[in-house]
Amino acid sequence: METIQTDLNRALMLDGNAAAGILAEIFSVEMTTSLAECAHCGCQGEMGTLLAFTQAPGLVLRCRDCENIVMRIAQAPGVTYLDMQGMAFLRMERALV
Amino acid sequence: MKPSLEWQIATVKAIKPENARVKTFTLALPHWSEHRPGQHYDVRLVAPDGYQAQRSYSIASEPERSGEIDLTVELLEDGEVSSYMHEVLTVGDQIEVRGPIGGYFVWEATMGGPLLLVAGGSGVAPLMSMLRHRAAAGSRIPARLLYSSRTPGHVIYADELERLQNAGDGLEIFHTFTRQAPEGWAGYARRIDNQMLSEVSAPLGKLALTYVCGPTLLVEAVANELVQIGMAPNLIRTERFGPTGDIV
Amino acid sequence: MAEKFISRGFFGKRRQAEAADRLPPGQYITPGFPVLSAGPTPRIDLSQWTFTIEGLVRQPAQWSWEEFLQLPAQSSVVDIHCVTKWSKLDTRWEGVSVDTLFEHVGIDPRAKFVTAFCHGGYSTNLPLEDIINGQATVAYKYDGQPLAPEHGGPARLLVPHLYFWKSAKWIQGLRLMEADKAGFWESLGYHNRGDPWQEQRYWSD
Repeated sequence: METIQTDLNRALMLDGNAAAGILAEIFSVEMTTSLAECAHCGCQGEMGTLLAFTQAPGLVLRCRDCENIVMRIAQAPGVTYLDMQGMAFLRMERALV
Repeated sequence: MKPSLEWQIATVKAIKPENARVKTFTLALPHWSEHRPGQHYDVRLVAPDGYQAQRSYSIASEPERSGEIDLTVELLEDGEVSSYMHEVLTVGDQIEVRGPIGGYFVWEATMGGPLLLVAGGSGVAPLMSMLRHRAAAGSRIPARLLYSSRTPGHVIYADELERLQNAGDGLEIFHTFTRQAPEGWAGYARRIDNQMLSEVSAPLGKLALTYVCGPTLLVEAVANELVQIGMAPNLIRTERFGPTGDIV
Repeated sequence: MAEKFISRGFFGKRRQAEAADRLPPGQYITPGFPVLSAGPTPRIDLSQWTFTIEGLVRQPAQWSWEEFLQLPAQSSVVDIHCVTKWSKLDTRWEGVSVDTLFEHVGIDPRAKFVTAFCHGGYSTNLPLEDIINGQATVAYKYDGQPLAPEHGGPARLLVPHLYFWKSAKWIQGLRLMEADKAGFWESLGYHNRGDPWQEQRYWSD
């Protein structure tokens, strides 16, 4: 019978979908289907595919391929900090007027 | 139409035990908006001293049922929100929610198929929304659900799943049990692996729209196995639920 | 102005009453030991593990795991406070005092700040005066057992008088500097010092 290595830290990891609420708060639109390119390795994917670390003083989203940080969000009283150094670009659809 | 991302106060209409540790809460929403199967709602609790706890729960009901949503919630051992919902909340109580949220992990009949759904434990909830919607929309898109549970007592929606399968509209359901199978069981009785996924997915082909939901470690293992057996990686969508004890 | 909705019968799992005088403002006691992380657990091979002290020191130093375990160790029982509001009282640790480590290098008088740098890319900064004089250790045992990877093992920094994000997990070394340099969370709005008794959670506090 195989033994399973349970890494609790990894087990807490979620998909970018888990960040849908906070992303919608910041960007005012649904973001999980927006395309993002990782500045580190060039991998492109919808934000929903990013690895989400939500158990922390802030939210950290990492590239599915290289696991480098793509975006960080922290919320202090009255302000939101957003770090997108790890994102080469973000593609958001505009609503047709 | 932009869905409202404001908090609203829902009223508990019904509470249904699904098994020993899982209950479905039907919430009536004053500002209900049609969701897409697979989306979730955020639930927020506030204590008198201002302390807050917030969790996300997948919508288990179909969008065709307007004005209300079903949230299927598993009681977690140290769960702040789940223990409140299981032990304190009663019919008639109010609870703050926000949603529907999420655009990545959704399936609608208009997206086509075939459809492959893989669930571990309470991860079946958003997939149930997809299957209920599929039935309500009269869709005949070939669909298969592979559902992993520890024991028969852990299965959620057991009767309804059987009814949906018996409708004969192209849905087939495969259960696997990882701790204890039913008496005389001839089906799968082990953790999901490549062999099982190959057999279940075979008639659907390599280009099936695939959704995997459950504890993080199970979802990771299954997603890797799906790629190994040749399923198109860009058609596989995952929703990790975080840890729940150990792998189902 | 509308009153905030209060959930009937909800008090949270965290209770303050038992140890009110030991809890900094805004903190709640937690029964477990929550795992908070900004990334996957780094996999560190003990045969490759080193601890380094560099920067404004007279003589930089580096220890291998075996060498580190030879250093005089000490036990401590301390309360820890996370900026996400949970606290844990009477936690037991074992490790090497930072003062012991600094004896090997000699601190340059220009040094005023310290950056702890870690496997996986995490870093945190704090004033030098908060890491000396018995206030900090590099810990490798928790509750009598080797420190688990999800809690920062093989070794983490332990600075219990500051918010626990300063007790950097998977620590690789300390760098002594003249100017303060914001670490991982500090560069995203969190406080450069982080004293829980003054509720220094954010940059504006």
